[in-house]
Amino acid sequence: MFEAVLLTIITAATPLLIAAIGELVVERSGVLNLGVEGMMIMGAVVGFAVANQTGSGTLGVIAAIAAGMAMSALFGFLVLVLVTNQVATGLALTILGIGFSGLIGEAFIGIPGLKLPDLYIPGLSDIPFIGPVFFQQDALVYISFALVIAVAYFLFRTRLGLVLRSVGDNHGSAHALGYSVIRIRFAAVLFGGACAGLAGAYMSLAYTPQWVENMTAGRGWIALALVVFSSWLPLRVVIGAYLFGAVSVLNLHAQAVELDIPSQLLSSLPYLATILVLVLISANRRLTLVNTPACLGKPFVPDR
Amino acid sequence: MKSLLKATVAAVAFAAAGSAANAADVKACYIYVGPVGDFGWSYQHDQGRLEAEKHFGDKLETAYLESVPEGPDAERAIERFAREGCNIIFTTSFGYMNPTIKVAKKFPDVKFEHATGYKTADNVATYNSKFHEGRYIIGQIAAKQSKTGVAGYIASFPIPEVVSGINAFLLGAQSVNPDFKLKVVWVNSWFDPGKEADAAKALLDQGADVITQHTDSTAPLQVAQERGAHGFGQASDMIQFAPEAQYTAIVDDWGPYYIERIQEVMDGTWESKSTWGGLAEGHVVMAPYTNLPDDVVAMAKETEAKIAGGWEPFTGPITKQDGTVAAEEGVTLDDGAILGMNWYVKGIDDKLPQ
Amino acid sequence: MRVELVKRKERSRKMALLSPLIAVGLTAIAAGIIFSISGHNPLSGLYKFFIEPLTQEWSFNATIAKATPLILIACGLSVCYLSNNWNIGAEGQFIVGALFGSALPILMPEFENAATLPLMMVFGMIGGALWALIPALLKTRFNTNEILTSLMLVYVASLLLDYLVRGPWRDPGGYNFPESALFSDAATLSTIPGTSISFAAPITLIVAIVLAVVLGKTLKGFEIRVMGESPRAGGFAGFSARKLTLFSFATAGALAGLAGTMEVSGALNQLLPTISPGYGFTAIIVAFLGRLNPFGIIVAGFVLALSYIGGEAVQSAMGVSNKIASVIQGLLLFFVLACDTLILYRVRFVGQRGSAGEASHV
Repeated sequence: MFEAVLLTIITAATPLLIAAIGELVVERSGVLNLGVEGMMIMGAVVGFAVANQTGSGTLGVIAAIAAGMAMSALFGFLVLVLVTNQVATGLALTILGIGFSGLIGEAFIGIPGLKLPDLYIPGLSDIPFIGPVFFQQDALVYISFALVIAVAYFLFRTRLGLVLRSVGDNHGSAHALGYSVIRIRFAAVLFGGACAGLAGAYMSLAYTPQWVENMTAGRGWIALALVVFSSWLPLRVVIGAYLFGAVSVLNLHAQAVELDIPSQLLSSLPYLATILVLVLISANRRLTLVNTPACLGKPFVPDR
Repeated sequence: MKSLLKATVAAVAFAAAGSAANAADVKACYIYVGPVGDFGWSYQHDQGRLEAEKHFGDKLETAYLESVPEGPDAERAIERFAREGCNIIFTTSFGYMNPTIKVAKKFPDVKFEHATGYKTADNVATYNSKFHEGRYIIGQIAAKQSKTGVAGYIASFPIPEVVSGINAFLLGAQSVNPDFKLKVVWVNSWFDPGKEADAAKALLDQGADVITQHTDSTAPLQVAQERGAHGFGQASDMIQFAPEAQYTAIVDDWGPYYIERIQEVMDGTWESKSTWGGLAEGHVVMAPYTNLPDDVVAMAKETEAKIAGGWEPFTGPITKQDGTVAAEEGVTLDDGAILGMNWYVKGIDDKLPQ
Repeated sequence: MRVELVKRKERSRKMALLSPLIAVGLTAIAAGIIFSISGHNPLSGLYKFFIEPLTQEWSFNATIAKATPLILIACGLSVCYLSNNWNIGAEGQFIVGALFGSALPILMPEFENAATLPLMMVFGMIGGALWALIPALLKTRFNTNEILTSLMLVYVASLLLDYLVRGPWRDPGGYNFPESALFSDAATLSTIPGTSISFAAPITLIVAIVLAVVLGKTLKGFEIRVMGESPRAGGFAGFSARKLTLFSFATAGALAGLAGTMEVSGALNQLLPTISPGYGFTAIIVAFLGRLNPFGIIVAGFVLALSYIGGEAVQSAMGVSNKIASVIQGLLLFFVLACDTLILYRVRFVGQRGSAGEASHV
């Protein structure tokens, strides 16, 4: 029972985790991309379409990543090169993504999808409890954790990570030191797009292997919330994603065991919990000021 | 600027020519609440539209607007169709009720058909289907097939149509196994594949081995397929999503109704009425019974024939969850009681959200 | 070849007028291409999308009706954004405002007189303002990021509406369907006599004019702009960032709440489980397209409303998928945002070596 619940939580948390870790890097570089939902849904439809046409889940995943990156490149060009407003551009990206994905997906409605296979390691996967939970997931679950570790290492243990953070904290001085603010930010935005596309592929190839319009159903927005929830720290994103997944799954379990609470109240718990954690974290000034990218959302144009 | 003007003139000319070219006898227009690609509610209505188009050929022209939000947008969409020369307009969501009535007042010569509502007028008819008839049958199948004696039900919103479906399911199950248990989970959404999948998993984890849903996506069936459990399709036949898991599906078939009503408009015999068709009228259709032993298929077919022959699943004795009697032995609930149902029958492992 | 932006010494007035036209032209070209690819006549598609809605009285009025809540909400949001307060939860403030406004006709249906409607509007404004003050207070008190809290509260607000409409506020005579009772005539916002335009439109226009005066001619407007551009300088001038945060959120919330109340009272006449097709989010785009200027917002709101009405027109008349309409809408936004760059910057194409090539003025 506990094992089964845990498995459900893992699938619920993985797309959130992947999308959020990408957006975290974007925001660390000082860019706020509110178009996660739009990039994610494009990843979902392109991933499904390519997997369906080629019969290869791997190609589907790669195509989804490419689709997310293409969307983010559009965003990057607008906000970084043409210095448009980031909030408005991100929202427009979501509108475009939802429309465009519906258009691409028209041919793929009502077709059962391809499900990414679960890993099976003889021996390890057979251990009771530990086996199914740790060694019998699809590849994207492991990739999500690998991404978190890689991002944490990159941001805090490498020179380039330091540069990226300084670009997000003070683009003026980073520029004065000779770093190309635009180029670094563009790379971060592309990484965010790749992750959002991958998260979309998880939706249409692993979570619910099918294509239906609007199938991401707002998960891109939740990923955005998780980034702030984590106060821009990669390891906390894991906690946030799994907490959010757990609350929404346990909500369903609570109902099945008959708990006398309006279901709307239960459904609003994840959002209220996020607000509460945000307050708790941000009330502690020491914690937030250290990690908040000071230039988040501010445009940068090199003076000459 | 000049060329733009020219282009505009050309466009106007083209548009005028376009509308004159295909003068059909009747224009039927449809308004959907979801995308036609939801493979559920709106998809089935659109299938009905296509069926009518095929049936009438050149005599019928159709148009539709999809993903129209309930509220002022719906009113505008309906009015647009009324102005664009539609002779009959089908508004296919409960929330379109008041906008439909409002617009109908302004256009007395246009016929309006509102699905799932209860307000009518001289030029507004209502139609709905007795989905609970199908749910009684799948309840029986679930009770026959379940090893744990527990079924799971993924529900959208506690409106009468959903509640009566839950009750019919359990009554069907109890007719086979009086101790059968039903667990209900509310996902508060008509359509969220991820959440529906999570709910399906939760129900299976709680001991259910057969699940059904009153939400629109195929996700719960896919979960059943993956976990080696079983389930039923909703709105459309979802067998290709769960070839080993689907026992049958309750299919909404709006085609016959649309053809009938459009024919009446053509003949000038259309009248406002409330249609509530079920298995008998072919508005509710059971998909082929699959993955079932012969005796269960025979039982299901027998029940199907009995209901099509006029028997009502909500026939007493029916006891409410609180122990009071809803219908004495042999007494049948009237349509109003079923259409406004806000209580559970005894045996449901859930409290009805109020 | 490399594209470079060179900051203009001052805003280009010529470009301020030209850039929206360029954007619409580019959108028209892109839309024409999309229409042709999908097998439709591009010219009649463009005509139906952008021009026909303006040629008929009813669709023109429908465009105004659709633009009204967008403009009203965007006006309030502009106060927030000008003062650097990132309120993206107007959708929730719209809903809670509508709930407060509807409380009167639903809980006291017998209270029917000339004061009903004005009272509803006041309640609506209070409701929206209170909901907006939650993220504002969390920001001033705990330094919590307002983007996320205001967004989270949207979900909470829509669940609250859902709960009320399906539970305590359900129409007792409505066969348990999730809707409130219809409002009485006294609680219904009527249309301007002789037209089908709701009184919400002139009210919105007045709000926009008042806001323009406040922003342009008063000390408060000065404070808002100074604090937005340079909070430090504002601090020296004696302005309080905290007070301004509360003020701007309350203003935005009140206007969103007013929009919500007028929408349920005028257009819907009742509460439904969903009362807004995302007005609060679309208004964010309207605010930016309108360059945070009340008159710009009026134009932007109208253009965006037109894109909805036009999208429906091509869908119903030509069978163009509604996804194409939303793709065109997305492109329009991108082009407008991109072209606005020309107001503040000159685009320069530079050769590979970065040698100061001829600046090509666009």
